[in-house]
Amino acid sequence: MSTLQQLLLIAVGSALVNNVVLSQFLGLCPFLGVSKNTKTAGGMGMAVIFVITIASLVTGAIYKFFLAPWDLTYLQTIVFILVIAALVQLVEMFLKKFSPALYRALGVYLPLITTNCAVLGVALTNVQKGYATQASFGLLTCVVNGAATAVGFTIAIVIMAGIRERIEHNDISPSFQGMPIVLVTAGLMAMAFFGFSGLI
Amino acid sequence: MKAYMERIYNGLIKENPTFVLFLGICPTLAVTTSALNGVGMGLSTMAVLVMSNLLISLLRKVIPSQVRMPAYITIIASFVTIVHLLLEAYVPSLYESLGLYIPLIVVNCIILGRAEAYASSHSVGLSLFDGIGMGLGFTVALTCIGAVRELLGAGTVLGFTVPVYEPATIFILAPGAFFVLAALAAVMNRVQHGNGRTSTTDSCLEGCEHCTNMGCGGRVFTRAAVSETEEADVPAGGAEEIEKPAAAEEKEGQE
Repeated sequence: MSTLQQLLLIAVGSALVNNVVLSQFLGLCPFLGVSKNTKTAGGMGMAVIFVITIASLVTGAIYKFFLAPWDLTYLQTIVFILVIAALVQLVEMFLKKFSPALYRALGVYLPLITTNCAVLGVALTNVQKGYATQASFGLLTCVVNGAATAVGFTIAIVIMAGIRERIEHNDISPSFQGMPIVLVTAGLMAMAFFGFSGLI
Repeated sequence: MKAYMERIYNGLIKENPTFVLFLGICPTLAVTTSALNGVGMGLSTMAVLVMSNLLISLLRKVIPSQVRMPAYITIIASFVTIVHLLLEAYVPSLYESLGLYIPLIVVNCIILGRAEAYASSHSVGLSLFDGIGMGLGFTVALTCIGAVRELLGAGTVLGFTVPVYEPATIFILAPGAFFVLAALAAVMNRVQHGNGRTSTTDSCLEGCEHCTNMGCGGRVFTRAAVSETEEADVPAGGAEEIEKPAAAEEKEGQE
């Protein structure tokens, strides 16, 4: 199998089949909290794509060039969470200085991402599945997997926001108003996403 | 002694992290495919919570407040690593079934939340019991949810098959997790507000970012100032564009 095919398979797998929110339950807080309208959901999605892609590159590189050669892999959790937190701050400062337009679009969402478990989850998955230590194209695989996971998150949160905009105008029984109906919606979406499992 | 017992009651019932505060939803949904997994995850989280509460409370006068969040995260991550390695060595079957979610205990809102809200300002003994109480509350909640899903989805109770019942597999798959939690949230709505409207606004379900009383989301890394200004529903409208620079300045001032 050529590298390109392999990357494509990983991308489809992470974005649709094993959707990060609906089948792995990572990043549920923003998924439930910031999905009230499609515009903010889209903004959050873009910020997550941005951060996860950079974070998987950086954590992958750190694992491959520092932790693995020096037998320090047991430190991965500590190193990754600190690196991610520092990275988010760095990205925020960098955007503020060099790209005010992008900062205005993504800025408010960046601080919210630090403790998004999807970011740490992707970094750890990259290591667990051996993408980071792969001999050829290891880092590229990490980045592709990260970006695809984040795209999966964006798809899920935007669809959810669209449905919630419609739910606003519906008559829902009092006990189910608020979170319960959103969780039922998420459950139905998760069922729908099972349909993708035939893709691979 | 009474104060210590009160902490345990508080964690188990009054402020139960899952049933009342709706914190730590990710592990709650992900690992509760069976009661045993729920117990395992609950106890692992409890171990980390107790140890981190203890150490943070011991060090509360030593850690400068500007760098407290990175310090807390480092402490928590160290204990998570210890628990991770211990599970891998002594309970490999549980380690296999919990997988990725063990290292992810680091980003569990409950732990950082208790560190920030309780351990950083209370005595060692009280913080220890607070950790035990909250940990027990979380364990009980995960076990209950796990038991319900296991019964409905696999037709077993702690591994023993229930006769006659035909299991509905969907409940141990991803959608079942959402449905069970939805039912639970609906019951909580009913209990808390009678027939009135729901108000889960100060809980994590409105987004970890918004829960100002806990240490999760926006608060990490000296963001106390930011989260206070962002309290007024961050992504709702144009307000954040005006408030953000002010908050950012405050933050830089702090640093």
